[in-house]
Amino acid sequence: MTYEGISASPGVAIGRAFIYDNGHNLEIEKREITNVESEYERLIKAIADSKNEISSIREKTFQKLGEEKAQIFDAHLLLLEDPEILSQVKNMMNTEKVSPEWSLEQVTTNFINIFEAMDDEYMRERAADIRDVFSRVKRHLLGLKNMDLSLLNEEVILIAHDLTPSETATMNKESVLGFVTNIGGKTSHSAIMARTMEIPAVVGVSNITEYVKEDDVIVFDGEEGKVYINPTKDLLKEFEQRKLDLEKVKNELNSYIGKKSETLDGIQIEVAGNIGQLQDLDSFEKNDAEAVGLYRTEFLFMDRDKMPSEEEQYQIYSKIVERLNGKECIFRTLDIGGDKKLDYLHVGEEENPFLGYRAIRICLDDRELFKTQLRAILRTSVLGNIGIMFPMISNLDELLAAKDILNEAKAELKSKGIEISDDIKIGMMIEIPSSAIISDILAKHVDFFSIGTNDLTQYTCAVDRMNEKISHLYDPYNPGLLRLINMVSKAALENNVKLAMCGSMAHDRLLVPLFVAMGFDELSMSPMHVLPTRKLLSTLDSKKCQDVLSEVMTMGTSKEITQRLESFLS
Amino acid sequence: MERTLKVMNDEGLHARPAAILVKEANAFSSNVEVVVNGNATNAKSIMGLMALGLKKDSEFTIRAEGDDAETAVETLATLVNNKFNLH
Repeated sequence: MTYEGISASPGVAIGRAFIYDNGHNLEIEKREITNVESEYERLIKAIADSKNEISSIREKTFQKLGEEKAQIFDAHLLLLEDPEILSQVKNMMNTEKVSPEWSLEQVTTNFINIFEAMDDEYMRERAADIRDVFSRVKRHLLGLKNMDLSLLNEEVILIAHDLTPSETATMNKESVLGFVTNIGGKTSHSAIMARTMEIPAVVGVSNITEYVKEDDVIVFDGEEGKVYINPTKDLLKEFEQRKLDLEKVKNELNSYIGKKSETLDGIQIEVAGNIGQLQDLDSFEKNDAEAVGLYRTEFLFMDRDKMPSEEEQYQIYSKIVERLNGKECIFRTLDIGGDKKLDYLHVGEEENPFLGYRAIRICLDDRELFKTQLRAILRTSVLGNIGIMFPMISNLDELLAAKDILNEAKAELKSKGIEISDDIKIGMMIEIPSSAIISDILAKHVDFFSIGTNDLTQYTCAVDRMNEKISHLYDPYNPGLLRLINMVSKAALENNVKLAMCGSMAHDRLLVPLFVAMGFDELSMSPMHVLPTRKLLSTLDSKKCQDVLSEVMTMGTSKEITQRLESFLS
Repeated sequence: MERTLKVMNDEGLHARPAAILVKEANAFSSNVEVVVNGNATNAKSIMGLMALGLKKDSEFTIRAEGDDAETAVETLATLVNNKFNLH
């Protein structure tokens, strides 16, 4: 039998069903009590026991998944201490002389109903948190065990009505091969955690708990979202093969951890990672990226009322530089505007924000804002290996002005006796055609170029990335765009400037051979693409790449180009 | 002691702002309440606060009674007006 649900976390799972009844639908009977005082003490004890359990789940989650996921449980702890709930329960016990579990059930159900009726999706989801926390307390009161999924010691596929964050976080990857639930969506806490933990999962399979019996054989591919119960031999075989294939790919990629990124004939290209915040370094480290080729500093400036101070910025930047432990970190200075707006900068509405007041244009106008950031970055230079790059430079004047302000920031720090390294690489993004065209001139003033392919494509092809009607024109294989990039690479080579790329073209398997031929020194990408790119590089011969580049440079359509590159790789 | 205010945060009084309000309110010995349309809710209860479902620009009153009532109202009002220092 096959049942369809929502793909929540990729991977193939094959195993025996374990039906997990977490007792969220506990039937609680109305029980009358005589000794309110001792019953109330039982409640206090159940709450204390629950607190201990949740605290230890918080700790485990912190160790396994990091601070952000762990914070979910801080809110749970706060719910347990809630005076409103406690006083309503106590009141009910006193006046109606009913058991604490019954009273708690009534009081929390009231709140759950309120939350579920809200027209705000986020608030509706909080009902699940309340249920999670208080069903734990109720089970303590009823003397039922709170099953600890981390204690499961056989390999199973969990089948449940729903899984709470605390249940997902305590799962053991070795025993839980995958899970399937009746309800839930792609963005529910349990789905997000499953992806982080790399446990395959399908959610929202209506009534799956009714169709599955304990020990049934279950197979599914988390990506596909279909669940098969007691599959035929052939189907089982197919899934086993699929699982092996996936593992093979994964193991093969993992064998590239710790290896150099180089072509068959020994040309080394640094494969670096793009990050936006400290926690991105988890994935950066796991995928063995060699440097940070792009640190998008703007996240630090978003979702707040005012500019972060120099000190505040320094605190964050220094944590990142220190954790990189000598690996290079390229800071891109504030790139705000376009689709990313900051209320406190009062930029106002613009007809064409992508062609408007953004990035370096704002920074050159608001020197204090710019210098504050530069000082914070410069101060980290003694903690590791840093570079600074300016975004959205469209002419030489802007580049020189930005460098002037950088020198002012350096002088200010020096006059205060603050030490900075004298080996800080200065570079610029090449993302505006006018800069690409004069890259031979700009190259005289920088240590490196980093090609931002997303904006360069948008500006070169005159196509709004957000406009679906013309999305086919946003084309990384556009011959004009490829020629422009080739031109920049020549300028970099002639002037001995380091050449990097940090847009999504950098990990495009068809294009990587061209970048090898153009002589790129670094390709920087979202960390998940690092190992596949390193593997691809190891199969390429730079001479052959050069031949294919020469051919591609004569081609007139992107179709011709992609066909040629496909056949080159096969 | 009381003061009428507006929710400034774009997302309304969600879990994080509510949690911060509860934590701050707990620092005072006074009884602190949030009053909406004449109904009072204990400001030390995260559940009560969130159940109000206050959206951006919703009006509410912070009311405190006790020894440190004045400081409590002042502190909490500043917090609300500073969007709970969330960024």
